[in-house]
Amino acid sequence: MRKLLFESLIKPVLTEPRPDPDQAMLAELAAALGQSARQKLGRSLSIREIDAGSCNGCELEIHALNNPFYDIERFGLRFVASPRHADVLLVTGPVTKNMREALERTYNATPAPKWVVAAGDCAADGGCFAGSYAVAGGVSAVIPVDLHIPGCPPPPEALIRGLMALVENARHGADLTARP
Amino acid sequence: MLAGQLADGRWALAGMWGEAEAVNLALLDSDSGGVADRSELAIATLPCPQGQFPSIALHHAPAHRLERAINDLFGLEPVGAPDDRLWLDHGRWGVHYPLGACTKSTEALQPYVFLGAEGEGLHQIPVGPVHAGIIEPGHFRFTANGETVVRLEERLGYTHKGIDSLMAGAPIDRAAQLAARVSGDSTVAYSIAFARAIEAALGVEIPDRAHWLRALMAELERIANHLGDIGAVCNDAAFALMHAHTSVLRERVLRTSNDCFGHRLMMDKAIPGGVNVDLDARGMEKIRSLLAVIREEFPRLIDLYDETASLQDRTVGTGFLAPALARQYACGGYIGRASGRSFDARRDFAYPPYDSLRFEVPLFKEGDVNARMWVRIREVEQSLGLIDQILTGIPSGAISVAVQPAGRICEGVSLVEGFRGDILCWLRLDPDGTIARCHLRDPSWFQWPLIEAAIEGNIVADFPLCNKSFNCSYSGHDI
Repeated sequence: MRKLLFESLIKPVLTEPRPDPDQAMLAELAAALGQSARQKLGRSLSIREIDAGSCNGCELEIHALNNPFYDIERFGLRFVASPRHADVLLVTGPVTKNMREALERTYNATPAPKWVVAAGDCAADGGCFAGSYAVAGGVSAVIPVDLHIPGCPPPPEALIRGLMALVENARHGADLTARP
Repeated sequence: MLAGQLADGRWALAGMWGEAEAVNLALLDSDSGGVADRSELAIATLPCPQGQFPSIALHHAPAHRLERAINDLFGLEPVGAPDDRLWLDHGRWGVHYPLGACTKSTEALQPYVFLGAEGEGLHQIPVGPVHAGIIEPGHFRFTANGETVVRLEERLGYTHKGIDSLMAGAPIDRAAQLAARVSGDSTVAYSIAFARAIEAALGVEIPDRAHWLRALMAELERIANHLGDIGAVCNDAAFALMHAHTSVLRERVLRTSNDCFGHRLMMDKAIPGGVNVDLDARGMEKIRSLLAVIREEFPRLIDLYDETASLQDRTVGTGFLAPALARQYACGGYIGRASGRSFDARRDFAYPPYDSLRFEVPLFKEGDVNARMWVRIREVEQSLGLIDQILTGIPSGAISVAVQPAGRICEGVSLVEGFRGDILCWLRLDPDGTIARCHLRDPSWFQWPLIEAAIEGNIVADFPLCNKSFNCSYSGHDI
């Protein structure tokens, strides 16, 4: 172990430069959140991930955000264990009818101000599972959504760009309390 | 009689699924003795015109949840079944028996009755469906005496998406897209299983090169998952350093996969008729350098795992799965192979190109978290060797053939080794080539029930460790 730790002192850093926030997502957010100037959350967001019925592909890529290449915590983005600690719910999957109540209850357990990010094509509109007797639809069929990150699954870079757009909005002071 | 033979261990139950008026059983002759290509798979059909069939679970416990799922989806009743609770149906679909009579459900939600555990000082801990980590949803009901788990009961079905019903009537390419999304971590293996079943049904011979490219993707997928989980198990034992290092290697595998095949998880790349992306010399070189990096880094991480006493203290002897249970449940993958069950569809059914590749199937008998770790470590090494052989021996030529409808009703079945274990795909095609019925059985069906046994007597705090060492698929099970 000593050798491994020592090498990490001399090896080049794996972590990659910060990607720019996605312009299209910035626009979506600006429209969704409004622009009254109030800085609520600074540049730090706590994220609670919820799988509402995904195939677990999105979870693999969300996990990758924590690896040393992406190292998402350097952007002030942190995954937390409880919705009570969260500013952002990152929801994946088509919302199955069996998960609908759990998603609603998690949303209600999250203190305002809060954002909901729907990650992946299924979370947008049910994806290839839309129309099933067991699927309620995309995330917005059950709780209000502020941002969609497309992809099947969205690669880590797309996830970061989307979440960075969220942080940028927080900095510019989007009014988050106006949400129902 | 079949039920008796299953109970005696003459056959292993490899799957059980319903149709409108019948129940099908997949039976595995599991006594290959480790000799290649000696196993047999048989499908038995039980007609049930009265909407009933004799319960297999009465004699053979692994059929329990499968029968409950058949009842939920088709309304076929297992007569004499020891457990008549609903399983996938949580009372929230708005219908009953969606693949059978499909009647409207109007009654109010019924609470799910968990099995009892009574005694002085026992308390219950409900966990889920939303968990604390970035994982899939499911409910665990622990009954504990102090720190010690007395009983664990799982309740699954939260990610049930109705894939079997979406498959019915779908054209082949749409069904292939669904098959690739039954369990995202095994997307390549699922695509191969589905494609092989289609090819078996239609009698399609695909080009050799396609077989080899599929195997290349399947082994990359296996390595990526094993690397991720080896680190994650250590992370659940509070040893984050290992997790950081293996997640770097995993990321390198995914990036190489993306460079070579155009998708990090190689989703939708193996298709009925072959594969839809070829590998050029540049791609082969990238994979060779990936192998070199893993070969340099991985052994040092394994030494670190093996020599860290605090880590061994958590994994050795924890979450013991008895070999007899692994055998009874025909438990596949690293879970079965860590408890002495030597089965690997790549060897035992020797589907191409594995019939012309050399590899060993690692086997351990200890059955604890540590043994499951070692199976996966050894499997990474075997997969590296397989990729070497594939890069050297891959034949040239076409990568796919056209798939045409047969003009008649036809059936196909396949068994493919994913990283988690053997995936069964059975399907029937209509004359125009659309799917009449397709069922994909995840290895987790025969692994989930065994966590309940493996956790007994362990402390609650070791559950994440045990659960991660099994790493069953919620989505694959809930379909």
